[in-house]
Amino acid sequence: MDKVAIIGVGQTRYERGNTKSFAELVYEVTRKALDDAGLELDNIDNVVTTTNDFYDGRTIACMAVAEASGSYGRDATNVEGDGTLSAFYGLMRTLSGVYDATIVTTHCKMSEGNPRKLFNQAFDPIYDRILGMDAISSSALQARAYMDRYGVTEEQCAMVSVKNHANARNNPYAHVALEITIDDVMKSPMLAEPIKRLDISPISDGACAIILATEERARKSAKKPVWVRGVAHCTDAYRLGERDLTYSAALETAAKKAYKMAGIRNPFKQIDVAEVYDAFSYMELMWYEGLGFCDRGKGGKLVESGKTQMGGELPVNPSGGVLSAHPVQVAGLARIAEAVLQLRGEAGGRQVPGAKTALAHGITGICGQTHCVWVLSNEEA
Amino acid sequence: MENETTFEIQEKDGLLVHQGVIRVPYTWAAGEVASRFYAGLREKKVLGLRCPACKVVLVPPKKVCHRCFSDLTDWVEVGDEGVLQTFTVVHYSEPDLHPVEAPFAYGIIKLDGADTGMTHLIGEADIKGLKAGMRLKAVFRHQPQGNYLDIAYFKPIEEANHG
Ligand SMILES: [Zn+2]
Repeated sequence: MDKVAIIGVGQTRYERGNTKSFAELVYEVTRKALDDAGLELDNIDNVVTTTNDFYDGRTIACMAVAEASGSYGRDATNVEGDGTLSAFYGLMRTLSGVYDATIVTTHCKMSEGNPRKLFNQAFDPIYDRILGMDAISSSALQARAYMDRYGVTEEQCAMVSVKNHANARNNPYAHVALEITIDDVMKSPMLAEPIKRLDISPISDGACAIILATEERARKSAKKPVWVRGVAHCTDAYRLGERDLTYSAALETAAKKAYKMAGIRNPFKQIDVAEVYDAFSYMELMWYEGLGFCDRGKGGKLVESGKTQMGGELPVNPSGGVLSAHPVQVAGLARIAEAVLQLRGEAGGRQVPGAKTALAHGITGICGQTHCVWVLSNEEA
Repeated sequence: MENETTFEIQEKDGLLVHQGVIRVPYTWAAGEVASRFYAGLREKKVLGLRCPACKVVLVPPKKVCHRCFSDLTDWVEVGDEGVLQTFTVVHYSEPDLHPVEAPFAYGIIKLDGADTGMTHLIGEADIKGLKAGMRLKAVFRHQPQGNYLDIAYFKPIEEANHG
C-alpha cells in the first residue's frame, strides 16, 4: 500500500441532549480538523460523510451534513456504518491517486430518536424483528454464549467498566466518567442477564472528523503525520443463530490482515495502546481475543492481570472507550482520533508515554457483525 | 391520514427543539423462501433449506448460503424440538417492542436436524432455571398469521416426558 497519513482530527464533547443541529455539530469538527491540520477547505478535494437515515430521521440524511463537511463544489460521498468504515473508504479514495486530502466526518444525535426502537429496525422484518430485540437484549445473548463457553465471569466484565469509566476522567470529550467499583457494577440494575446498567454504554450525541492525506501532502502538514500502517475489515453472518457467538471470527480475520500489512507478529508486544469498540463491557474481553491480545477465552484473565489498564503493558481504551461515550457511527472514528492524539503525544492526562504504534477498532451491525481494524504509527514503514 | 408528520416546538437552553413523529406505512414481500417457511408453520412443520455444498441445514431458511453463496433449493423438515444454545432474561420494559411483559426470556434454539440457531421467545418456563443445553419444544400459535410468532415461543421439555 502507498503511504497515507492522518494529518488532522477533531471531536466534540460527547453528551446527551446536545442542542446543536446536525450541521452545527459537523461544522464544529470539520473546522477543528482543518485547524488541527493547518489546512483551509481549499486544500480538501474529497469529502466522506457518515449517516444513517433511520438514526437521523430523514431521507438521504447526508444532505443534512454534507455542506458542513465542505461538500460544495467537491467530490462528496457517503457511508452508512461506523466511522472506521467511512475512514476506510476515505483511505481507498486517497489511495486512488486522484485526491490529495480527504475529510471524513460523522455525527450522532440518536438520543433525539428512540435508540431501542431504532436498533430493533436492524432485525429482519420478515423474520425476527417482531420479537422486539434491541442492542441490549441481543448482546446479552452473545455475552451469555461467550461467558458460558469460557467461564468468563460477570466480575471480569465489571472490571472493564471500572477501568474504562475511570480512564474517562482524563478525557475531556467523554460523556460518562465514573469512579466506581466492581461491586457497584455488580449491584447496578439487571437489564438483560448477564448485562447490567453499568455494563452498557450510554447513547451520546457528538461528532468527529479526521483528515487523510497522500504522502506528499502529509509531508507539508502542520502536525507530525500519523501513518496508516495496516487496515482491514471483515463481516460475519447477519443472523445471530448462524454465527459462533463465543468468538469473533470476523475480528480475527480483520486483525490478522491488518497486522500482516503492518508487519505485526506479536500484537500484544508490538502495539503500545489500543482503542476498541466496547459498546458493552463483555465486548472488550471478546475483542482482546479476536485482536490476538490473548488466547481464546482468556479475555477475563487479561483484564484481571491489569495489563490493559493505564500503566499496564498494553493500555486499552485510555479515553474511557465506548462505555464512556457511545455516539453511534462516530465511536469508531473517535477511536482513530484518540489513537492519533496518543501517537502525537497530545493525549493529555490519558497519554500513554512514548506510544509509537496504536490500534483503533470499530464495529457495525448486531453484536459486532462487521469489524474494522486500523494499525497506526508515528513512525514510517 | 396514512403519512403523518407532526411537529411540536419546545425550548431547551434558549434554543428550539422540533419534536415530530415519523409514521410511514411499508410493505415487505416475504419472498419465496420465507413464504414457504410460513406455509410450513401453518401445518406445524418447521422447514429449513440444506446447502448442497456446506451440508448444513439453515433454519429459518434463506435464499443464499452466506458461506459458499449457493442458491438453496433443497427443502427439509426439521424437528420442532431442539437445544437451547444461549439465552437472556430481559428485566426492562419496552411495551411497544416486546411481545410479552418483562421479565421474559429470549433464547437461540438449534432444532433437531438444523445446523443453525433460531432466535425466539422462551415461554411456560421457570426463567430462573434456564440453562444452555436444555431441550425446548416449539409451541405453535393456534391461528397462524404468517409471521415469526406463528411459533408463539419455545417451552422447556419436562425431563420425565423425554427419553
Ligand atoms: Zn453453503
